Amino acid sequence: MLKINNLHAKVESKDILKGINLEVNPGEVHAIMGPNGSGKSTLASVLAGRADYEVTEGSVEFMGKELLEMSPEDRAREGIFLAFQYPVEIPGVSTTNFLKTALNEVRKYRGQDPIDAVSFLNLVKEKSKLVEIDPSLLKRSLNEGFSGGEKKRNEVFQMAMLEPKLALLDETDSGLDIDALRIVANGVNKLKNKDNAVIVVTHYQRLLDYIVPDFVHVLYNGKIVKSGTKELALELEEKGYDWIKNPVSA
Amino acid sequence: MESLVGNIDLKESLKQHLEQQLSNASSYLKEISINSFDKFEKLGFPTIKNEDWKYTNFSTVLKNNFQLSNENSLTYEQLSKLLFSKLQGNILVVVNGIYRPEFSTILEKENTLQVRKINNLSKEFIEQHLSKTLAVSDAMTSLNTAFASQALILQIPKGKVVEHPVYLYFIASSDSNIFFHPRTIVVAEENSQIKLAEIHQKQGNHISFSNAFTDIYLDKDANVEYYKIQPDQEEHYHVGTTQVVHKEKSCFCGTTITLGGTIVRNNMNLILNSNHCDSTINGLYVGNNNQHIDNHSLVDHAMPNCLSNELYKGVLNGKSTGVFNGKIFVRQDAQKTNAFQSNKTILLSKDATMNTKPQLEIFADDVKCSHGATIGQLDDEPMFYLRSRGLSESSARMMLVSAFAQDIIEHIKLEPLKELMVTMLEETLIQN
Repeated sequence: MLKINNLHAKVESKDILKGINLEVNPGEVHAIMGPNGSGKSTLASVLAGRADYEVTEGSVEFMGKELLEMSPEDRAREGIFLAFQYPVEIPGVSTTNFLKTALNEVRKYRGQDPIDAVSFLNLVKEKSKLVEIDPSLLKRSLNEGFSGGEKKRNEVFQMAMLEPKLALLDETDSGLDIDALRIVANGVNKLKNKDNAVIVVTHYQRLLDYIVPDFVHVLYNGKIVKSGTKELALELEEKGYDWIKNPVSA
Repeated sequence: MESLVGNIDLKESLKQHLEQQLSNASSYLKEISINSFDKFEKLGFPTIKNEDWKYTNFSTVLKNNFQLSNENSLTYEQLSKLLFSKLQGNILVVVNGIYRPEFSTILEKENTLQVRKINNLSKEFIEQHLSKTLAVSDAMTSLNTAFASQALILQIPKGKVVEHPVYLYFIASSDSNIFFHPRTIVVAEENSQIKLAEIHQKQGNHISFSNAFTDIYLDKDANVEYYKIQPDQEEHYHVGTTQVVHKEKSCFCGTTITLGGTIVRNNMNLILNSNHCDSTINGLYVGNNNQHIDNHSLVDHAMPNCLSNELYKGVLNGKSTGVFNGKIFVRQDAQKTNAFQSNKTILLSKDATMNTKPQLEIFADDVKCSHGATIGQLDDEPMFYLRSRGLSESSARMMLVSAFAQDIIEHIKLEPLKELMVTMLEETLIQN
């Protein structure tokens, strides 16, 4: 589904990603861990098409197409979804309002008819239940005055509505209390199936108790320095990141 | 075509036209008119050398030939295309500055809403309501007052509530370029209420230049909800002042929506002359191509315990220019004043320009005042957020700009007008 090949990226003049290689197949959950500043969020942003980053080398293939050539909206329409680390507040735009436009643009791209108002509302009802978000929040200005947990739940709600093939969760756990974390993780797990994939970017192992990864990769200084299974995450939790930084280990 | 004139003698022709118009007027109206015209002649048309007109320049358009008389051949069919069917209520139609009862529909009873021409009114009324603007040393106002013998008067008697909204259409219609001076005086007597929307429209492709003035007098406890709607129009020039004079505990809420026009200058003057007055003014301006939209406001706090709240927002695209100048005076007696002002503009193109100037002058010491002005572009982060959900760049931009403008539209309490403005705003933004 996703093939990242020797990806280099920089922001302004600073090299952040220095040769990432990663392959993700349908049905898989990958966790990307690493210390602050290792490039985790950059990787998620580059995949989603954020303009601040410049790709200097390498390629990314998604569903057989060259991802880096596409606009952010086309990536979304192809099935990429980024759950933001810091979801923006947009006064005057409600979640339901913009999601209806988004959903219809995605449907149009795929050659489908626009969704009618009744089906849309039913879908909102069904998905809001799934991610345990209060539907009245969705009629308010996007994320304005939302708590941290509500913002993250809203991200997962949007993911549920858009049904992406590949979801990128960028530090979705940051700042969440344990109850909010559980709700968010449950939402993600319910959406998981054999045809889609998830990349979880996180600093802490805690989230991975709830979203259990098939693979764990450790990113350090712009490269994946170690890959393993979920046990690697536990080891990182126990030992911290310092042993990874030390090239003599393993 | 005696009334078609070139720029060089525009003043002279205006004078001749005025003399004709005043031939049947009462002596006291004549006196006011002639005094006003003298003042205009001394001041001359404003130029950019005048600080108040620094950014807004009408000199080019004034070089055109203009018809000065109000003659026109507007038919009911042509008119009906300019009226918005969604807006039901009292419909008053003013064509080239002259009230046209045969085109108007008044639902209200005579004892609730009195609609009259000024020449039917007493000397006392005229002196009370017209001579005050004589003191103003503004050329365009003086010129308007000179032609005030055609003014339309709306009066709401004490304690009356005008049930249906009043939609006051100002139509420019002629077979050649036209320059005209609509004058409206609204008198809301003690404890009365009215919802009034001015809608400025034009018919035909000729240049229209309206120099409008609306006085609104609020007596004790009166409540006036006022709108000034300016749809996007080509070859349309406008200088218009709304002057609001408050008495104690009166409440005014005004919203100016300007969706286009070649050069538009709106003045909104609030005179808070008594205790406990409450005044809100909002504005939205959307400019495109080479349009120029100027909003000047003056809030004069003369007495204690009053509140004024002002929010103007704008979206400028193409090579359009916006101007905001917001003066607030808090005079020495005006203790416990609350006065707030904010101006925010989004520039959608690198060729668009905004000039903003908040101006606070405070002479009292126990007041709460604030002002702020921002000029910026659409933020990248919300754009990326919406696009990362699948919205195209243009629909994301449209959504963010509409949301920005919503702040003002939301304040429209007149529901059918709000709906119309939402639609018109969208149409204007799509064209942009």
